Amino acid sequence: MFADYTTSELMSIFAMQGFSGLILFSVFVLMALGLAIIFGQMGVINMAHGEFMILGAYVTYLTSNVFSEYMPALFGGYFFVAMILAFIAAGALGMLVEWAMIRHLYHRPLDTLLATWGLSLILQQLYRTIFGAREVGVTLPDWLMGSVQITDIIEVPINGIFVMTLAVGISVLIAALMYRSRWGIQVRSVVQNRPMAGAVGINTARVDRLTFGLGCGIAGVAGSAFTMIGSTGPTSGQLYIVDTFLVVVFGGAASLLGTIASAFTISQAQSTMEFFLSGSMAKVLTLLFVVFILMLRPQGLFSLKVRR
Amino acid sequence: MSYANLRTLLPKNDILNFAVLALILVVVLPLSMDLFRLNLIGKYLTYSFVALGLVLCWGYGGILSLGQGVFFGLGGYAMAMFLKIEASSPENTAIQSTPGIPDFMDWNQLTELPWFWQPFHSLTFTVIAIIVIPSIFAYIIGVAMFKRRVGGVYFAIITQAVAAILTILIIGQQGYTGGVNGITDLRTLFGWDIRTNEAKYIFYFLCVFMLFLCLGVAQYVRKSKLGRLLVAMREMEDRVRFSGYDVANFKIFVFCLGSAFAAIGGAMFTLQVGFMSPTFVGIVPSIEMVIFCAVGGRLSIFGAVYGALLVNWAKSTFSESFPELWLFAMGALFIGVVMAFPDGLAGLYSKYGEPHVTRLLDRFTSSKSKTSGDSDLPPEMEAEGGNS
Amino acid sequence: MSSSNTDFVLAVEGLTVSFDGFKAVNDLSFYVDKNEIRVIVGPNGAGKTTVLDLICGRTKATEGSIKFRNKELTKMKEHQIVRAGVGRKFQTPSIYGDLTVFENLEISFPRGRSVFGALTFKRDAEVLQRVDEISRMIFLDELLHTRGDLLSHGQKQWLEIGMLLIQDPELLMLDEPVAGMSVSERRKTAELLRTITKDRSVIVIEHDMQFVAEIADKVTVLHQGKILAEGTAEHVKQDPKVIEVYLGH
Repeated sequence: MFADYTTSELMSIFAMQGFSGLILFSVFVLMALGLAIIFGQMGVINMAHGEFMILGAYVTYLTSNVFSEYMPALFGGYFFVAMILAFIAAGALGMLVEWAMIRHLYHRPLDTLLATWGLSLILQQLYRTIFGAREVGVTLPDWLMGSVQITDIIEVPINGIFVMTLAVGISVLIAALMYRSRWGIQVRSVVQNRPMAGAVGINTARVDRLTFGLGCGIAGVAGSAFTMIGSTGPTSGQLYIVDTFLVVVFGGAASLLGTIASAFTISQAQSTMEFFLSGSMAKVLTLLFVVFILMLRPQGLFSLKVRR
Repeated sequence: MSYANLRTLLPKNDILNFAVLALILVVVLPLSMDLFRLNLIGKYLTYSFVALGLVLCWGYGGILSLGQGVFFGLGGYAMAMFLKIEASSPENTAIQSTPGIPDFMDWNQLTELPWFWQPFHSLTFTVIAIIVIPSIFAYIIGVAMFKRRVGGVYFAIITQAVAAILTILIIGQQGYTGGVNGITDLRTLFGWDIRTNEAKYIFYFLCVFMLFLCLGVAQYVRKSKLGRLLVAMREMEDRVRFSGYDVANFKIFVFCLGSAFAAIGGAMFTLQVGFMSPTFVGIVPSIEMVIFCAVGGRLSIFGAVYGALLVNWAKSTFSESFPELWLFAMGALFIGVVMAFPDGLAGLYSKYGEPHVTRLLDRFTSSKSKTSGDSDLPPEMEAEGGNS
Repeated sequence: MSSSNTDFVLAVEGLTVSFDGFKAVNDLSFYVDKNEIRVIVGPNGAGKTTVLDLICGRTKATEGSIKFRNKELTKMKEHQIVRAGVGRKFQTPSIYGDLTVFENLEISFPRGRSVFGALTFKRDAEVLQRVDEISRMIFLDELLHTRGDLLSHGQKQWLEIGMLLIQDPELLMLDEPVAGMSVSERRKTAELLRTITKDRSVIVIEHDMQFVAEIADKVTVLHQGKILAEGTAEHVKQDPKVIEVYLGH
């Protein structure tokens, strides 16, 4: 399959595919981070995670419309406002869902999975009713358009670089929150020993709600970033949910570093294969690869051997 | 088998359940419905095979597979491949550039039947393949997962990924599989036209017959020690393991059985509906099949049938008149069943209906059973806590 | 590791298990005689439960050997170890709440343990008789058709002991069998233990020193994964090292 290309062409292809893999990686990381927090820390499977992401995307779409309508002068900066709004909207909805639904199902993980699937159906139809079945896209501000020429063959789009930067920034922020802040310590202590955490005065119900809200909020931000590189439809979220779950499981559910590493592996594998095979076969092979590895190492790539 | 053993296997209220279901499916529905509606019922019944398998896997064994569409699809495709080969005889396909192969292969520049299609010339092979291929596939997944103690949500996610993989594969390889349209335009079985009214009636009753066969197997399994072991494993897996059982084997068995049921359902689907496509394989249909089971009651083999019928009937009624509302209703169904009625219709029945029915039954049979029935056999306490 | 054959029912030699560098059990060796009742005591985190986990195959050893009637257990799967004749009771009562006492015992009856066997298993006279016998022994003969959920804590503990007895294991391992029991239940349990230990070896983990003195042939004191002292209950109680780390608290 490589015979038709010269070495330098091949190098460039790998570089370009590597870069588009990096964009995919960024989307995976942003989506998976929220999921990793919810699944890894709380053990809750949230099948509506994709819909929380799409909520963020729609919020961004609305914000960009408002800006171009009323404040065209500030249009260049709308994205940052949109991102914050997306976080708040998705986070608030997440906390509501936790209060109304999830908290009643903590001991029944499989039932949570089904209930959140129901939620995802409702949200999808809600989006369809409000925004229509067609995909919507946002207008990128000027400074995000165009691309940077690196060599004569390799060029990288600016919006891609932006999304990547965002993914890195948010990962660092989350890591700091989980491992440095007082709240992060509370979350991890609740995960490890709920009764004990409750006994030392941590309001475990509140920690649960905030954790779930944070995970959903990050999904909202992911959706916001997603608008930079693609358009949004009511069912866009569902397309990513299985991939994202595999990313989280593959990385070892409780490890943020694992999540990032596995997002990198999967996205790179997929985008590199995509160039040589059809898109669908690349996806099949990637999924098969992940499932195969999980069968060999069910606890995921990064997890500790602990005393039971 | 002695009378006492038969009583354990088939308690009075289950005889009633079998009888009522048979009455509905064999007498009431065929007499009261036109053929079009009856054919629809037949189609819904094919999903109840899947739901029945899920009752054993999920309700009893606690193993939630979100990939049952895979097995439904494998069974359905196996049947469809046989019928398609017959429909693609050289006379029927004379206008193609390569006559004698299915039309979609011709459109995709294939010039001969691929090797894995070849054995489907034989009906015997096809019938065996419908059950054996999905079971082997389930066995492989089961061994890989359960021997390594992967279960719960991990198993659910992985089976979902398998459903995704198979759908993408079928759609992507359209020269071999018919792609997104699936395998369509199926006409005859050994020259006998399967699209006539007569054929539809026959397939409906074949489907009902197969369903009762599967229900019988399921009833036997759940009343055997294996049924009680599944309940025990669901609750306290380590205790079962440390009572000398190889837990994985039981999970593999029940997963394979559930998959075989699903595959039979898929084959029945192809026969009655006349085509098979990836729409019945992927993530969304697979998880919908779980809701049929949940609505009926995850611990009730009869509930599975009623659940599949009811949800699908509601779906076609709703989506004819209010297509927008259907997804809301479906979503609400998922949430409602899980949060408010975890035991589904069967749970409601055993709480409100069954006590009355049992009292009536006892009144009718009490005079006879007093003399012969009571042995030293322990009463068959319902393993699953009162549902049937 | 040495692999000499011995007359002991259980011979544990050089047993070590480490979790990410932390050695929960460290180079442990001990031997249990035929018909001996061995009690393992030690402060929390001493590795008591881990030792039982290792013997019954729930945790895999990093190093060392465990021989049961000269059969190496470390390479065997859990169900094989059980079938070889090792029964284990968990710390928290592990019974099947959705099944009746009868069904709990019946499932534990050592026959029909394969898939096919379970499908064709019959409640014949032998099963009924054995269940009846065991249920009397564990004071639950009146409650055969009660769901496991509805039993009291003490009754659940007895039921789990009964589920092991019906398998007639040669080595019985009990993890804190009287924890959470009332005084009268405790007395009955001691009585039960005395009857069931007649022709088998037993390893018991227990905290209550009075109870220990009552039942033990020999006591092993564990501390930080190692043996601190071994001998009769009296002997161990007098050991200054034991007083320091264990009784001193």
